[in-house]
Amino acid sequence: MDWSKTRIEEKELAAPGETESPGRRLTYVAAIREALELALTRDENVFVMGQGVDDPVGMFGITLDLHKKYGADRVFDTPLSENALTGIAIGAALTGLRPVYMHQRPDFLLLAMDQIVNHAAKWSYMFGGYVRVPMVIWAVVGRGWGGAAQHTQAIQALFNHVPGLRLVMPSTPGDAKGLLLSSIADNNPVIIIEHRWLFGQTGPVPEGLYTIPLGCGVNRKAGKDITIVAVSYMVVEALRAAQELQERGIDAEVIDPRTLKPLDEEIILNSVKKTGRLVIADTGWKTGGVGAEIAALVAEKGFEYLKSPIRRVASLDIPTPASYALEAKFYPGKADIISSCQEIMGKNL
Amino acid sequence: MVRLKKPEPIKFDTRVASISREVLGELYRVMLRIQKVELKVAELYHHDEMKTPINLCLGQEAVAAGVCLNLKTDDYVFSNHRGHGHYIAKGGGVKAMVAELYNRETGCSRGRGGSMHLIDTAVGLLGSSAIVGGCIPLATGAALGSVIKQDKRVSVAFFGDAAVEEGAIYESINFAMLKKLPVVYVCENNLYAVSSPLGKRQARDDIYRRFEGMSIPGYRVDGNNVIEVYRTAGKAVEHARRGGGPSFMECRTYRLRDHQGTGSGVEVGYRTQAEIDTWAARCPVKNYERFLIEQKIMTASEIEEIATAINREVGEAFEFAQTSPLPGEDEVLDYLYQ
Repeated sequence: MDWSKTRIEEKELAAPGETESPGRRLTYVAAIREALELALTRDENVFVMGQGVDDPVGMFGITLDLHKKYGADRVFDTPLSENALTGIAIGAALTGLRPVYMHQRPDFLLLAMDQIVNHAAKWSYMFGGYVRVPMVIWAVVGRGWGGAAQHTQAIQALFNHVPGLRLVMPSTPGDAKGLLLSSIADNNPVIIIEHRWLFGQTGPVPEGLYTIPLGCGVNRKAGKDITIVAVSYMVVEALRAAQELQERGIDAEVIDPRTLKPLDEEIILNSVKKTGRLVIADTGWKTGGVGAEIAALVAEKGFEYLKSPIRRVASLDIPTPASYALEAKFYPGKADIISSCQEIMGKNL
Repeated sequence: MVRLKKPEPIKFDTRVASISREVLGELYRVMLRIQKVELKVAELYHHDEMKTPINLCLGQEAVAAGVCLNLKTDDYVFSNHRGHGHYIAKGGGVKAMVAELYNRETGCSRGRGGSMHLIDTAVGLLGSSAIVGGCIPLATGAALGSVIKQDKRVSVAFFGDAAVEEGAIYESINFAMLKKLPVVYVCENNLYAVSSPLGKRQARDDIYRRFEGMSIPGYRVDGNNVIEVYRTAGKAVEHARRGGGPSFMECRTYRLRDHQGTGSGVEVGYRTQAEIDTWAARCPVKNYERFLIEQKIMTASEIEEIATAINREVGEAFEFAQTSPLPGEDEVLDYLYQ
């Protein structure tokens, strides 16, 4: 039984505010698959590699049968040698190709940190711009069903720390497609961290080729009382929280940065300038996390806008526990966002 | 602990008719160029104008020359922290390399890389890593690129004996064999990792056989014998170009200077002067020069002419470097992204 699939499909994950959007609608998985197809069709330098990309499941269905259409030279399975295969992707990128290296889980990227941090991120700068590494590393954060400590890690903060990388975290099907295409087209190493719980979504996805600029956040819901900057799956939770807060008379704005590197500082600072209050919701750990970085940004560049302290909503600083009894405590969600918002609103009301 | 035998004197095969005189001469020229650049670096290093950790390859000139003379200009080479020789042998610009050592904007990496990070894309040098074994996957990936693009290029990875202690090489060779990639893995076994001798790091002294389980052809050559290196590398490069897949070479050699800097290591105490003297007597350049004269392949005056020309070239390179501008402070963020 495909336990994770079953689990995910039980969830109702459509983002509020998107259900009524016009236009063609696709599932999250279909949207990413379409991006890969378009890239493979448009540019013969693009190829897709990763453990299981040509198997009967096809990486959650994202790469399903692509090898049949584009050939085994351009869509192929890989040994579980994450470090060397990352370096191999870099080497191929140095010859002008555009590899997309797909992983079931970001946890496995920890095996490849040497090649990601010491090599991919450095090659352009260290060699004075004489070479470039146009490659995409794509991985999906898992959650739930006892996934435990080594199959659920949201380690975006580790990559956020490294100059030379780009870091992309989509939250809707339309963004997942557009951002993947932008990432493939980008001339730098890009890490895309997806979240398994977004895969149940269906949403508007424009047809054909389009790209979403890296470093361009989006306002998911306008509001005047408080800014919630939410990342990846936390956008879904934040929108739900905002809906409930609205019912309680708090008008929250939800900002989705979409990419953390580069980060759209302007959209965050402008929102905080308007609301004077900030809650940051991330899927990763709190300490040294994405929330800390965004909080520091606002403290440095927007301190005078703040009417109250900043709050971070993040995972507990522990390895993910397996038992669902503990998972519930480990993962933050709508309720934590609501209570954080109420807390800082309360102090000022 | 494995004890290494005292090396024998270099035995050149006198049946070199199959190698053109031009190549025999070029092997000498390239080795001499490497040696003279390195000696000049060593001579001037104490001036403290080359503010970069230098890893000299004196004593190892034959490996770089013997391998690279089998390569075409657009074949790929990836190097390591001890990469001056690989860079020069592949045809990298000497002026730009020396300027890099002098931290200049005109350096091959615009002063962002330093001694351990040399590049010259015009001749297929796609970079060098100071993480041991770090470029092995990159060379493998460039070879994958050649297969996908069907451009018949061959990739070479140069690395030291300690790189076979890293996991990346096992992962890379497995993949290269799986995909029959045109890559040659060249291990320069100089018997030390910094100050740690081979016997303290590896259970066996047979690096060339380490990957037999993956069926990659493995060769051991006297890395100080440029003819032996040239011939074996030629076989490996041809095998790769024909689509036969990767090969592995263990080139037994020795670095005459310390891991880093201009000393010998004797002052630090991890090896003896006697050991260094034994290997200095096996100098790949001097011995090959003697061989060329004895075999009447070159005359002493021809050798003299080559030396004079290279001296001039090296002098010009250092002058170019010393008079080149430093990078501008306001360009510190450049090249991070493209």
